[in-house]
Amino acid sequence: MKKIILSIALLASVSATQAQKYFTRNGHLGFFSKTNMEDIKANNESVTYIVDWTSGEIQISALQTNFKFEKALMQEHYNENYVESTKFPKATFKGKIENVNAINIKKDGTYTANVSGSLEIHGVSKNYTTKATFKVSGGHVVAETKFNVKCADHNIKIEANLKNNISESIEITAKADLTELKK
Amino acid sequence: MKFKHFALTALLFQSCWAWSQTDTTSDLLSLLGEEDPIIYSTATFKSTRVINGQSIENVAGGVMDFRISHRFGTLNSGIHKFYGLDMASMRLALEYGITDNWMVGLGRSNVNEEVDGFTKIRILKQVESGPKKMPVSLSYFGSMVMRGTAWADPTRDNFFTSRLFFCNQLLLAKKVDDKLSLQLTPTHVHRNLVATSDIPHDVFALGVGGRYKVSRRLAVNAEYFKLLKDNIPGATNSLSVGVDIETGGHVFQLHLTNGSSMNEKGFITETTGNWNKGDIQFGFNISRVFTVKKPKGFQE
Repeated sequence: MKKIILSIALLASVSATQAQKYFTRNGHLGFFSKTNMEDIKANNESVTYIVDWTSGEIQISALQTNFKFEKALMQEHYNENYVESTKFPKATFKGKIENVNAINIKKDGTYTANVSGSLEIHGVSKNYTTKATFKVSGGHVVAETKFNVKCADHNIKIEANLKNNISESIEITAKADLTELKK
Repeated sequence: MKFKHFALTALLFQSCWAWSQTDTTSDLLSLLGEEDPIIYSTATFKSTRVINGQSIENVAGGVMDFRISHRFGTLNSGIHKFYGLDMASMRLALEYGITDNWMVGLGRSNVNEEVDGFTKIRILKQVESGPKKMPVSLSYFGSMVMRGTAWADPTRDNFFTSRLFFCNQLLLAKKVDDKLSLQLTPTHVHRNLVATSDIPHDVFALGVGGRYKVSRRLAVNAEYFKLLKDNIPGATNSLSVGVDIETGGHVFQLHLTNGSSMNEKGFITETTGNWNKGDIQFGFNISRVFTVKKPKGFQE
């Protein structure tokens, strides 16, 4: 009897430690700059997200050149002048869901949790904390959040004569439909 | 008993392993085995023209470029012609990116009442970093020009085809670093009608061009087209120097050159100015882009 219990415990713990990572390669990252002169919006629909529900770790990686702008010239300026994509091709986030135990990925529902960690843009890292929602339904977890980033914090210089066109504070939106990572 | 011990140890190990996992999974992303992305060189030149000649750049897909170009008279024409500024050659054009790699254009020049139509296609894109290597960018440019002026001799049989000129170019460009870009432009021009039988129909030339970026918004350019054979009477090689000034949606190109034509067959084979004699003309290109077809995700 003990043998059986132990075997089950062993098996259960094996599956518990392995089946806890969710990911996507088609996640969304967007940003929005609003000034009186103009609104600038960009979307990246091929962002990689991975979450480890055991540890609560979350990591995100986005290729700068995959941000699409309404105007091609904006996209060129973004990559060439501001984030310098040839030198710093990726934006990454490495952080933790603080109260990950509050999220039950086996039970459908909407959960909220604080995510905090380090965001690297333009080769400069800064720590952020944001409240995110996790919508669990049928094996999918849709994670979503919104927060603001200041250009100067990442050493992105806006020319004085463009301060009216490009906001100093950029709103970042993140959304990802995560599914289980099967080995 | 033995099994119990084994199982307990295994459990212990496993929980340790799980712990160590959670402590060291600082690179979860590597689990997905992503390979390094290919980063292509962009913005090798600021505009689709180096000065007179085509640059490796295309107008982006769905974007319309409205271009206004002027070449004034020569600086040595003196005060009575206000050093050339009283006279202007002009070209107006609409140029459109069908895709990011294929553009077409239609232009009208007042010199010889010419209409030009062209296409430019990317063949290779220089790779900055990544798993693929490509040291240069390569494009093909082809154009046709129709001259509209009255026939030189209306009494003989004149054919429409006699109005036509053709130009083929390969654009081979290298973005050396953030600031310096260079381009080689082997050129073939065919003229259907030439003045006398000893003037060639086919002309070959080699263009060299470059830009040096002074700041985010300002670049210095130079361009030279060398005729490979000296067999066109009076023709000189086209030499131009200038600056590119970029604002939001405009690029202003201001330059000094020695020819009036703003289409390829024109400035390459019909330039007659001599820099040493002061046949230098001030000119500008203004480019204004409009997004005609919004990219995916931005359509209303």
